[in-house]
Amino acid sequence: MALSMTKTAATHIQKSLTQRGKGVGLRLGVKTNGCSGMAYLLEFADKIEEEDQVFESQGIKIIVDPKSLIYIDGTELDFVREGLNEGFQFNNPNIKNQCGCGESFNV
Amino acid sequence: MALLQISEPGQSTAPHQHRLAAGIDLGTTNSLIATVRSGIAETLPDLDKQHLLPSIVHYSHTAPPIVGYVAKKRANQDPLNTIASVKRFMGRGIADIKTTGSRLPYHFIEQAQGMPLIHTVAGDKSPVQVSADILSVLKQRAEMALQGDLIGVVITVPAYFDDAQRQATKDAATIAGLKVLRLLNEPTAAAVAYGLDKEARGIYAIYDLGGGTFDISILRLQRGVFEVMATAGDSALGGDDIDQAIAQWLMQQANIADDATHHHIRELLDIARTAKETLTTEAEITLKIPLDTGNCVNITLTTNQLNELIDPLIQKTLLACRRALRDARITPEQINEVVMVGGSTRMPRVREKIGEFFHCQPHVDIDPDKVVAIGAAIQADILVGNKPDDDLLLLDVIPLSLGIETMGGLVEKIIQRNTTIPVSKAQDFTTFKDGQTAMAVHVLQGERELVTHCRSLARFELRGIPPMVAGAARIRVTFQVDADGLLGVSAQEEISGVHSEITVKPSYGLSDNQIEQMLKDSLSHAHEDVAIRTLREQQVEADRVINALRAALKTDGKVLLKQHEFVAISEALDGLLQVKGGQDAQAIKQAIEELDKVTQEFAARRMDASIRRAMKGQKVENFMENN
Repeated sequence: MALSMTKTAATHIQKSLTQRGKGVGLRLGVKTNGCSGMAYLLEFADKIEEEDQVFESQGIKIIVDPKSLIYIDGTELDFVREGLNEGFQFNNPNIKNQCGCGESFNV
Repeated sequence: MALLQISEPGQSTAPHQHRLAAGIDLGTTNSLIATVRSGIAETLPDLDKQHLLPSIVHYSHTAPPIVGYVAKKRANQDPLNTIASVKRFMGRGIADIKTTGSRLPYHFIEQAQGMPLIHTVAGDKSPVQVSADILSVLKQRAEMALQGDLIGVVITVPAYFDDAQRQATKDAATIAGLKVLRLLNEPTAAAVAYGLDKEARGIYAIYDLGGGTFDISILRLQRGVFEVMATAGDSALGGDDIDQAIAQWLMQQANIADDATHHHIRELLDIARTAKETLTTEAEITLKIPLDTGNCVNITLTTNQLNELIDPLIQKTLLACRRALRDARITPEQINEVVMVGGSTRMPRVREKIGEFFHCQPHVDIDPDKVVAIGAAIQADILVGNKPDDDLLLLDVIPLSLGIETMGGLVEKIIQRNTTIPVSKAQDFTTFKDGQTAMAVHVLQGERELVTHCRSLARFELRGIPPMVAGAARIRVTFQVDADGLLGVSAQEEISGVHSEITVKPSYGLSDNQIEQMLKDSLSHAHEDVAIRTLREQQVEADRVINALRAALKTDGKVLLKQHEFVAISEALDGLLQVKGGQDAQAIKQAIEELDKVTQEFAARRMDASIRRAMKGQKVENFMENN
């Protein structure tokens, strides 16, 4: 079981964390809503819960709750630019289909 | 495909429900739009990677308006249809505009009321419309970058903008299809960008030297609220004047006559700007100056020479700084921090002189062109709810609750503390006694429940209420606090329309410590206050019931009640009168309920009697018709 991120993603997350001035890492997860079943969650993490799993990639802690991990195991987080738009993208090997927007998915 | 941003813990939104917000610096010379993505506030560039959008709009009769750099290029060929610096005309009448400059740059069409229109080939445009065209371009840029509609924006305005100018700015946003979450003072936005609002308190100077305007603002922060203590400035002083000074010197050195062609001067000004920008990092620069003969001559400009040229201009800004300090009644030493805004503050000499003047190192880490937009973006992000509540900025809020006195010496809060201003809230009150024709409105400030524990701000009376039974009149009391913190209280009886009002300045005379003490008291006395409020409420209710019952007994008691019923009611009434003066809220409540029980039959009979009276001598058809 593992989660990882690209170097570009790490650079950006590090910048965000520094700017924010606090936080132990990044929380990844899934929520059960969205137009195609589940939705990704991407938040700053201020604390690690007991049941959380913690992975480290490119020097950044990725925190995930065990239930979410089932759906996103093996995911690589990437940071991409598309014209004026920029942001993070989940490259999740588990998904069977996703809505056109890429914000929600099904396994 | 949508890309995700990092949210604050617990603030993630559902897909497609992102709370997109932006901050806009709608400047005289340049405008910018910024947003917070993954916790970082940054300005958004256009497709050519330009962050600044020149606040210039070019109108033509064939195409939609062009905004920005392209419009700027048209200024020379088509000056009358290329509107620049429109901010100077916002919310201004033609007379105001005439006093700001000796000659009007455009063909203005005077209006009977309000702002004049600017005549262009695309029709007559009001300054509000021109601003809306600038805002539309920024809106489009943000929505492309964020892949969604903006929920709301924070737009910055100069601290000295009056109501008309602020309203004009809001109107421009509405025309552009933007929802204004708040207008924020430019100096406050700059302070927010540097996180100064996180400090407990302080006095800050915001030094804003832009392309064509200079502003100095002295802000005082206390309890998270920024107050503008003083502003001063020069609406015709900025980077352009510095370029002028350098160009003048170059002309002297190269023996170029003053009557050089417009094109030639333009060229020299561009060289001057380049020289100025280079000398922020270099000690000297050699410039190739074109002569009218077509030849060129090399001239070296050193930092020392540059400083000599610009010192008189910096002196002028310091004069304004002194004026602002005097108005704020403080000395330079009392300034805790200085924030630099505007491109011209990149010049090392400006920073040095300002540092000397205020005896402190000015903040320069954030790009001075972007700092205002960034502060606005941070504020907008909070206002749309992307931050947890405890991070909420208390900018421009009411420090203590405002309310009025009600029966029993209680305070009814109408505007709660920490409500952001401007705000307007109304509440309906009624008369307490039959035939009451006047009502005293006592305006109070504070968190406690009793009038005696709050601060009295003002009193006024509403007279001429038509006599009615108690509780029938509807008196609407409206509290309105404008952006400057001015409180206006008005009371109006809805049936007769009689009206009365007063204006008060609520924070006047209250020091930081006093406000803090008032808040502390409200917390430490919380239980006590709740108990006393319950008691007073029951006492007031008891009085109301007693008054109503006595009036009813007087008119109908003899006719509608048998002797033993009359006695039972009198006994229950005595019971209530006995406990009413005591401290036991529960006992009063029980006595009221007791009295209510024994009078129910009496109330029913009175109702029947009054209906009979009303219907006497009438035919059923009459009622049908009326309905």
